[in-house]
Amino acid sequence: MAGISIELLLASLMVAATPILFAALGEMVVEKSGVLNLGVEGMMITGAICGFAVAVETGSPTLGFIGAALGGAGLSLIFAFLTQVLLSNQVATGLALTLFGLGFSALIGQGYVGIKPPATPDINFGAVSDIPFIGPVLLSHDVLVYLAIAMTAGVWAFLKFTRAGLILRAVGESHDAAHALGYKVVLIRSAAIVFGGALAGLGGAYVSLVRVPQWTEGMTAGAGWIALALVVFGAWRPWRVLLGAYLFGGITVLQLNLQAAGVRVPVELLSISPYLVTILVLVIMSSDRRRVAMNAPAALGRVFHASS
Amino acid sequence: MSDTLLALDGLTKAYPGVIANDDVSFSIGVGEVHALLGENGAGKSTLVKMIYGLVKPDAGKMTLHGDAYAPGRPSEARSLGVAMVFQHFSLFEALDVAENIALGMENPPKRRELAARIREVSNAYGLPLDPGRLVGELSAGERQRVEIIRCLLQNPRLLIMDEPTSVLTPQEVDILFGTLRKLSAEGTAILYISHKLDEIRALCDAATVLRRGKVVGTCVPRETTARDMAELMVGSTLHTPERRSTASEDVLLELRKVSLPAATPFGTSLHDISLSVHAGEVMGIGGVAGNGQDEFLSVLSGESLLAPGHIWVAGDDIGAQPPQTRRGIGVLAAPEERLGHAAAPDMSLVENALLTGSVRQKLAPNGFVNWSATRVFAEKVIADYDVRTPNADVAARALSGGNLQKFVIGREILQAPRVLVVNQPTWGVDAAAAASIRQALLDLAEQGAAVIVISQDLDELMEIADRFAALNGGRLTDPRPTQGLTIDEIGLMMGGAHDMEVAHAAQ
Repeated sequence: MAGISIELLLASLMVAATPILFAALGEMVVEKSGVLNLGVEGMMITGAICGFAVAVETGSPTLGFIGAALGGAGLSLIFAFLTQVLLSNQVATGLALTLFGLGFSALIGQGYVGIKPPATPDINFGAVSDIPFIGPVLLSHDVLVYLAIAMTAGVWAFLKFTRAGLILRAVGESHDAAHALGYKVVLIRSAAIVFGGALAGLGGAYVSLVRVPQWTEGMTAGAGWIALALVVFGAWRPWRVLLGAYLFGGITVLQLNLQAAGVRVPVELLSISPYLVTILVLVIMSSDRRRVAMNAPAALGRVFHASS
Repeated sequence: MSDTLLALDGLTKAYPGVIANDDVSFSIGVGEVHALLGENGAGKSTLVKMIYGLVKPDAGKMTLHGDAYAPGRPSEARSLGVAMVFQHFSLFEALDVAENIALGMENPPKRRELAARIREVSNAYGLPLDPGRLVGELSAGERQRVEIIRCLLQNPRLLIMDEPTSVLTPQEVDILFGTLRKLSAEGTAILYISHKLDEIRALCDAATVLRRGKVVGTCVPRETTARDMAELMVGSTLHTPERRSTASEDVLLELRKVSLPAATPFGTSLHDISLSVHAGEVMGIGGVAGNGQDEFLSVLSGESLLAPGHIWVAGDDIGAQPPQTRRGIGVLAAPEERLGHAAAPDMSLVENALLTGSVRQKLAPNGFVNWSATRVFAEKVIADYDVRTPNADVAARALSGGNLQKFVIGREILQAPRVLVVNQPTWGVDAAAAASIRQALLDLAEQGAAVIVISQDLDELMEIADRFAALNGGRLTDPRPTQGLTIDEIGLMMGGAHDMEVAHAAQ
């Protein structure tokens, strides 16, 4: 255990958590509007390759991340059209979106295997970053780590304080009542889906441009599914989603460090530990069904059709 | 009433296969309380949806204060002073009162200001509300207050109320009527939809009667008897069910201290319910919706299981028995929610007949379904209970609410139950069919069954029940004979007016 530095562990935890935090925040907004989009994994991987390709072609990581958001949003538009306009089943469509995204990204990514993308620079905080412990842990990251935290605050404030956020929550609570009051349920939900797609895309690009950084097929490796679980884990509350993402990121990093430190535990067991812990926490969280039911949007996954 | 506020001229709206409104014309004066009467399916809801901008008419025009009025959206209607209180509340349970009200306004003020205005207006009209409470925690009467206050905050000139009293206790109805009279005196016109004729006679200045989408008559409710109005609505003479008391001394069903914790955050827990129902007796269970009716039915039907020793039927302990076992010994139930609870929406009537009838009618011997016997059973239900459907292979979803209700009730009664529990047996059923369902329940009791009728319709319970008890917050009051019971006593049994008197005293 001596080989593990707490400082380094905490610093890399924030990096490991950022992709799933982006994706989970986006999915949380989508679910708050009453839509269950299981295509997060597909949108992440699409964002990963779109961001990677744009960054490599233009040489600008910033343009890469913008491209990733657009790519994820574009894929989610398909989902929005299918589920909101053509009223297809959300679960089946979401799964299809994941499969499509995985295949589509592999197709585009064929020419990009083995290339190194332009580096995303860390922010220079000047002298402040020399503060022992706090400096390396909190102030040694690139802009997206902080953007993810700012996004958490933004989503929280949007849902809690703004009228648009109130309408979004209302649509997710009861689309029939919202429709009776004259709100455009389909439009609001589509907007939420596109927002979720853009954030999933950003999360995906963070994996391919910063965390790894290179392109390999299927490189998001289930992060989208973890993001979906985090939304339930966080009980549809932004700060709890952040907490969950950091917890999960922490376990991922810890098991890598434990492996590196040569702890005598089978590698396979260490690799599955983040998923095991996620399942464990989900089970504990959902054992109190009254509380879970309180926080879940009441119209989640239900198809809306304005019949009157 | 000389000033006309809203005039409808030749409004027509057709849906595939049915003309919901056919050339409807009438007018409402400033400050007038105007009743819109009609059976279910007569086209009342479609008409008010057109006035509120939810549905566009195919033909005809409306004028509001002399100006052409054709709202494309509810928000347009609201901005022109037309507000609506919905039959099925358009509220969001997980949001609080102030948020719900803000959602129904065009330009809601800041939250603190809004909360202050909610308090002010709600107290002025004797409908006190706490802006910070979650709507899911409110009683039905309080929820309706939220809807009314939402409308009043926008100073409407016309207030549409769709069946507002169906979920209220008699005391709450009195308070509501006080509020409506006050509004009317201040010049707000009210379009009042109901099929409770006594209320209309007490409240309304004029009435328009719809039947099958057409205006079939108008009347002044104060000068017309309830029976005449009912016959105008139905278009034929009404039969009142004959009631003979057939209760015997033998206790058939006994509940001993039944308690059940709530399954959902907004559900109701049952507390210490004890009750004996005799063979041949109709037991009426009243109470405002959401006071444990669904839970009470689920305990009796076997959907919620208890520890042994709490429910006895003729000496058998069935408290821990699942529904099929209970059906085997003759305990049947017909829940309130027709689609999804009493019937599977996408399955045919034949399949739905099998779902509860398989045990008693022996429709699936040795695990194999006898479809021809099932079809015979389903067709018997359809014939005996006048279910209007092309054939027995139609999906349950395709039937109108009233027709499906007849099927659901008939399916249980034809299995010759010893104990039958029904929740809202005539909800949404037209007057003639309601009378025949009530008659069938009385006939069943006469044959020696114990019948428990859970209903929000007090008139119905007074008409058919031998004894009456009320559910109130998951507790059951002591049953009392219905004969000689006054409406005030019933109101008190149902929990009075939920502290509403206090606000009136403060005026």
